[in-house]
Amino acid sequence: MEATPLLAAERIDKRFERRLDFAGRLAARLGAALGNETVHALDGVSLAVMRGEVLGVVGESGCGKSTLGRILAGIMPASGGRILWQGADRDRLTGTERRSVKLAVQMVFQDPASSLNPRMRVADIIGEAPLVHGQVTRAELGDYIDTILRDVGLDPAMKQRYPHQFSGGQRQRIGIARALAVRPQCIIADEAVAALDVSIRAQIINLFDELRQKRDLTYLFISHDLGIVRFIADRVVVMYLGRVVESAPTSALFAAPNHPYTIALLAGAPRLEDRKRAFAAIEGEIPSPLNPPRGCHFHPRCPHVMARCREEAPRLSEIAPGRLSACHLNQA
Amino acid sequence: MTPTLDIAGLSTHFFTRDGIAKAVDGVSFSIAPGEVLGLVGESGSGKSVTGFSIMGLVDQPGRIVAGAIRFKGEDMVGADAQRLRSLRGNRIAMVFQDPMMTLNPVLRIGEQMTEAIAAHSKATKSETEARARDALGAVGIASPEERLAAYPHHLSGGMRQRVAIAIALINAPDLLIADEPTTALDVTIQGQILSVVQRLVARSHTALLWITHDLSVVAGLADRIAVMYAGRIVEQAAVDDLLTRPRHPYTAGLLASLPERAAHGGRLASIPGMAPSLLHRPQGCAFRSRCGLARPECGNAMIADRQEGDRRFACLHPLADPARQVM
Amino acid sequence: MSGNPVMSAPVVETPLQRFLAEMLEDRIAVGALMVFAALVGVAVLAPFITPQNPYDLAQVDVLDARLPPGTLASAGFTLVLGSDGTGRDLYSAILYGLRISLSVGALSGVIAMITGASLGLVAAYVGGWVEATIMRIVDLQLSLPAVLVALILVAVLGKGVDKIILALVIVQWAYYARTVRASALVERRKEYVDAALCLDLSPGRILFRHILPNCLAPLIVVGTVQTAHAIALEATLSFLGVGLPQTEPSLGVLIANGFQYMLSGRYWISFFPGIALLVTIVSINLVGDRLRDVLNPRLKR
Ligand SMILES: Nc1ncnc2c1ncn2[C@@H]1O[C@H](COP(=O)(O)OP(=O)(O)OP(=O)(O)O)[C@@H](O)[C@H]1O
Ligand SMILES: Nc1ncnc2c1ncn2[C@@H]1O[C@H](COP(=O)(O)OP(=O)(O)OP(=O)(O)O)[C@@H](O)[C@H]1O
Ligand code: SF4
Ligand SMILES: [Mg+2]
Ligand SMILES: [Mg+2]
Repeated sequence: MEATPLLAAERIDKRFERRLDFAGRLAARLGAALGNETVHALDGVSLAVMRGEVLGVVGESGCGKSTLGRILAGIMPASGGRILWQGADRDRLTGTERRSVKLAVQMVFQDPASSLNPRMRVADIIGEAPLVHGQVTRAELGDYIDTILRDVGLDPAMKQRYPHQFSGGQRQRIGIARALAVRPQCIIADEAVAALDVSIRAQIINLFDELRQKRDLTYLFISHDLGIVRFIADRVVVMYLGRVVESAPTSALFAAPNHPYTIALLAGAPRLEDRKRAFAAIEGEIPSPLNPPRGCHFHPRCPHVMARCREEAPRLSEIAPGRLSACHLNQA
Repeated sequence: MTPTLDIAGLSTHFFTRDGIAKAVDGVSFSIAPGEVLGLVGESGSGKSVTGFSIMGLVDQPGRIVAGAIRFKGEDMVGADAQRLRSLRGNRIAMVFQDPMMTLNPVLRIGEQMTEAIAAHSKATKSETEARARDALGAVGIASPEERLAAYPHHLSGGMRQRVAIAIALINAPDLLIADEPTTALDVTIQGQILSVVQRLVARSHTALLWITHDLSVVAGLADRIAVMYAGRIVEQAAVDDLLTRPRHPYTAGLLASLPERAAHGGRLASIPGMAPSLLHRPQGCAFRSRCGLARPECGNAMIADRQEGDRRFACLHPLADPARQVM
Repeated sequence: MSGNPVMSAPVVETPLQRFLAEMLEDRIAVGALMVFAALVGVAVLAPFITPQNPYDLAQVDVLDARLPPGTLASAGFTLVLGSDGTGRDLYSAILYGLRISLSVGALSGVIAMITGASLGLVAAYVGGWVEATIMRIVDLQLSLPAVLVALILVAVLGKGVDKIILALVIVQWAYYARTVRASALVERRKEYVDAALCLDLSPGRILFRHILPNCLAPLIVVGTVQTAHAIALEATLSFLGVGLPQTEPSLGVLIANGFQYMLSGRYWISFFPGIALLVTIVSINLVGDRLRDVLNPRLKR
């Protein structure tokens, strides 16, 4: 019997409508071939995050990683499907339960420049939410902020400063402190180290790891950098154009990727061990999410494409214990 | 053989209202024809400014204050604007991180490409068009005919970058400066661009300066790597020497902090602290405050470069070189 | 904690210090600001530095009417700038008029700013039909000539300081709404708003504590320009005779009063109030121009 996941997505769909403006509608009336464009950012995505694990999410730009993270964090509503928190449908919760579940999932963002409000002091950025939600009293607030700042490796003496007075790495620490301040159980990190320099990046990755042990956290770690995911994640989910194509324990995935897209992704990634290697590329362009290909989304670029791939979308199914893949080759 | 590009003691400073930012301060390197030099460094270390200086594109409040830049033996710092213009886009080309720095949003791709060809050669219209088509095909763009009629905003980011590269390569330049052209792109598209550039270097003996902060990319692409820190090159050597036997503590720290080399679930070795502001760079070695090997004398004066065979580095207490100790 | 050394931040000047420093770099703007401050100063201090209270009919002598600058008034003081058609000392009348013009401009500006900014914020945040409705009204408002709308409003509402202010607010709120909506739409997309949503903060708090403070820069720029506008508009209305009453003359009223004497050579009755109005509006606009340069992030690196 499997344990209940801490946080799970069940067949999540997300469509973004690009509505025509007035001129567009007028043109459409007059016969132009225009319609409301729909970006199908997520197409039946299911995944489960177990308590205490680090789940990595990888995939190319525009495949829906951030959208998935934002829906899981409750910032954005899904167009279809359910989000389960410890087995319970999150949208059905009310009152204090709804709030505590919402606060239990926090997000750390990519851009250290825009993820902190430039007009607020660090103390307010961190202290606002716990104070508003009554998690700490005004009297305790000062000490509470100091503790969190020390936890993320910042000097509490700097709490009266504004974000622009900090370097990128320090700002990312402040963003982490803001998330920690409401005592979350799960943190969704969306490219949280992508904007940082290599030497600073290592500091922040170590910080994530340290906090996980200290505060018993669960992470959903979104990144396009395979090296980082390999290092930090216990399990990896690979996405392509709005769908999950493969999911496996990290070591298994990197040792023996199953899905042709995963294979191409791993083969294409530059490695430190390479010397004068001949670079090659996956054939074909990344299709637009505005009109994804029929059948398997990867089929226009796949070296193993079969007739069936062009018609029928492969199901995500178990290929080994704990490993899922969505490719018709596995059924053949 | 004269190197394609030879830079000695290049210093480019920005005279801002907050003080003088020594963005590039005494940088020297050279690139032979057909050679690939990877210029690596953290954000703000002066990589782009080095590239701009070579192109003669440094704008106010910046100025080249010292040093020499020689392109095939010809002095570029003192060259007049017209000479620079005729070299740019023809013998020397640059690709930027943002392709829209090259592309004009209101011109069709085809017009921009033919313009680039016509500016430096006298070819007939049909010849130029054929060359433009071939150039697009060479960077892996499907149905180049259609793309020639497109505007930049019709293309995806990766495609735009490939068009910018096609334009840079169209006159088979002797020197190509690529300033992080693949940083914003996906792995699969990056592979495509790298393979195009690799072919060009091999075919037309282009000297390539590849600027990036990603060591893994240059590991597979470059012949030599130069590591930049706070406006100076702290170490340069052949790829393998630099990546497997770094001598400068900063190079070593950088390599150690890469997750690729660390075991899963362990800790990353990180360099403490952060890079100094270019406005108040400390005397002596700028890396001193973050360096585990620093001693008082590291702060005394500017650290002179040390040459050891093909390797050059600026450090008073370098890491041991295992290859030399054996001897 | 060994891997996470406690770090100190570089010391940078605060945004306010930087703003002030950049503001002071432009000589013209500094001059304009000083002129404007002086105008506000004399307007506030008017009762103490003028020889006459022009509203007090007991102090005004009709026999002093239309005297040229430099003449001695019957009350014994010198009419530095001459007197107008009713015998008021022009110097005193201008300072008192400035008082009224400035307060009408400032008050209508503040009310229009609060109304417009709130509606713009709500439009940007709520979206949908609320946004569509508000923005269509804004479009309508901005497509009609301000003077015309104000004229009609004053004709309907009647004379009086409060009516004029109301008319000016109705004419001007749309500029503020449009400006705030545009920058709020940009701010809304930024990750700090997502973070606030994630922290389950209320929409009101996010709107007014997080988004609004980041929209202030363009709001201030529009505020200065629109205040200058409001002062000019009020003067226009008063000049046309539908603005402020004769008993409490603003600069516009003074200009209108002197206009009939222009051709008979008694230029000063219109000329000096006109100069005062011009200097006021130009100084505000110069300050506004500089504010726009300093506050506009696109012009910076
Ligand atoms: N608010 C929005 N309105 C319309 N389309 C959107 C919106 N947000 C995302 N999209 C679209 O949804 C798709 C998925 O976007 P998402 O940001 O989730 O991708 P991603 O995997 O995070 O990419 P990246 O690596 O570039 O961050 C993209 O095609 C994007 O254009
Ligand atoms: N126009 C400018 N005005 C003032 N200073 C400038 C200007 N351009 C560059 N600098 C200074 O030069 C330094 C080096 O900038 P440069 O763009 O070369 O860094 P980089 O190594 O390319 O970094 P990145 O990886 O972020 O592109 C910056 O820290 C900045 O202080
Ligand atoms: S389903 Fe077909 S097209 Fe898709 S990845 Fe598998 S083999 Fe390739
Ligand atoms: Mg994203
Ligand atoms: Mg750069």
